[in-house]
Amino acid sequence: MTRQRFSALSLFLRGLSRHRSWQIQWRKPTPKPAYDAVIVGGGGHGLGAAYYLAAEHGMTNIAVLEKSWIGGGNTGRNTTIIRSNYLFDESAALYDHSVKLWEDLAQVLNYNVMFSPRGVMMLAHTVHDMQSAQRHIHANRCNGVDNEWLTPEQAKEFCPALNIGSNIRYPVLGAALQRRGGTARHDAVAWGYARAADALGVDIIENCEVTGMIRDPSGAIAGLETSRGEIRTRKVGVSAAGNTSVVMRLAGVDLPLESYPLQALVSEPIKPVFPCVVMSNTVHAYISQSDKGELVIGAGTDAYTSYTQRGALHINNHTLDAICELFPMFRRMRMLRNWGGIVDVTPDRSPIIAKTPVPGLYVNCGWGTGGFKATPGSAHVFAWTIARDEPHPINAAFNIERFREGRLIGEAAAAAVAH
Amino acid sequence: MMLIQCPWCGKRDENEFVCGGTTHIARPPSAVTDAVWGAYLFFRENPKGVHLERWRHTWGCGQWFNAARHTVTHEILAVYRMSDPVPDLSAGGAAS
Ligand SMILES: [Zn+2]
Repeated sequence: MTRQRFSALSLFLRGLSRHRSWQIQWRKPTPKPAYDAVIVGGGGHGLGAAYYLAAEHGMTNIAVLEKSWIGGGNTGRNTTIIRSNYLFDESAALYDHSVKLWEDLAQVLNYNVMFSPRGVMMLAHTVHDMQSAQRHIHANRCNGVDNEWLTPEQAKEFCPALNIGSNIRYPVLGAALQRRGGTARHDAVAWGYARAADALGVDIIENCEVTGMIRDPSGAIAGLETSRGEIRTRKVGVSAAGNTSVVMRLAGVDLPLESYPLQALVSEPIKPVFPCVVMSNTVHAYISQSDKGELVIGAGTDAYTSYTQRGALHINNHTLDAICELFPMFRRMRMLRNWGGIVDVTPDRSPIIAKTPVPGLYVNCGWGTGGFKATPGSAHVFAWTIARDEPHPINAAFNIERFREGRLIGEAAAAAVAH
Repeated sequence: MMLIQCPWCGKRDENEFVCGGTTHIARPPSAVTDAVWGAYLFFRENPKGVHLERWRHTWGCGQWFNAARHTVTHEILAVYRMSDPVPDLSAGGAAS
């Protein structure tokens, strides 16, 4: 089937026929008995990995299995923030790889992912915050990642809604600004990768839950048992976010993960008032405005592990208190809806993108509270790891062994969500 | 918001408590392999089901205790003291 190209012209022309001539964007295939590789988890990271396996490694006889619908997990349940201002060299390389892929992702996929590098500003409210932010700025600049220090006045100039008065509990003492950071349309990332992967022959199979892993006599992966029957394959890449522990235990692999609900909420839509992304680790608030006009607000994680895709109300309340103090103009806004996603958190707040002790089984997990920004970069190096059976130089340090060897990549400060 | 049964104070609001994570983790002797030490420090079961965990009634009596909580329903199936053995959860509850 020849794929329609999306463009302003095609939108106009098909508008003339009342938009009734658009193709479906991806097929609904039934699972084949065998594939060269199978990705478990149809979020942005999994769909992206399938796309890069097909586009860059020539592996087109592959499938993505999703237990629900694609993009229905954390890809559709986050605050869409993109940035790469992480402290350590390994992290800067990984997250900046991702930012660079974001920059032309819409053109590459022929799908408007609405990447908007509008700037991400992280506020400092204490002397410790200022020291930490400046340490990050210097480390970032050594790694070629843009990040700059703003005075409170400069911060207010960049984000006029910000209250920099001294009349609040934690006054703004300054901010770190990454101008290349911003937001993207979360659903479009899943749909864009799905459509592009499908066009290359990848089977995207929804409502298909993995229930078991089949091993050959040597212990290597030989296939999967699923709710839609057995599928033979020699390579399985698990990209299951909060459910990774559950899936990997089917193969007897333990991981240093704990799953927590992370919440976000959106307001009623209003006219454009908020030009950037603002985050505050200390008072725990982060906020941006979607192109639809809603304020998109990120709250924290619950304090205990959970697999329910909702969190406790007081967590949201705490964040809204902080938002109202930093942005008094939003005090009378009404919140429209809230949701939770289950995030898999590692002890050092850095991900795992690696081979596992089981030959043929690969895992991409531990993105914790900040996986959306990393979607293209993570997917790209995970595809490399699966195709070549060895890590890409960018993800080599993000292995499981680091939790036995003590080579942690501690990014709790850059992760920005209080745990 | 959960109501949590403190063994000393009775049912109180979740806000009064701090969760201390997985309980019954025994510290291994100091002369062990990196794998054993790494497992002790970092690797957790992270079950989708009943989780045995420590809680502290921080903004109440200040005491630590154990709870068996289901991570899908959040139902607390048992509350027991730090030195008690794991209670029998086979009768009732939403354990899976
Ligand atoms: Zn008490």
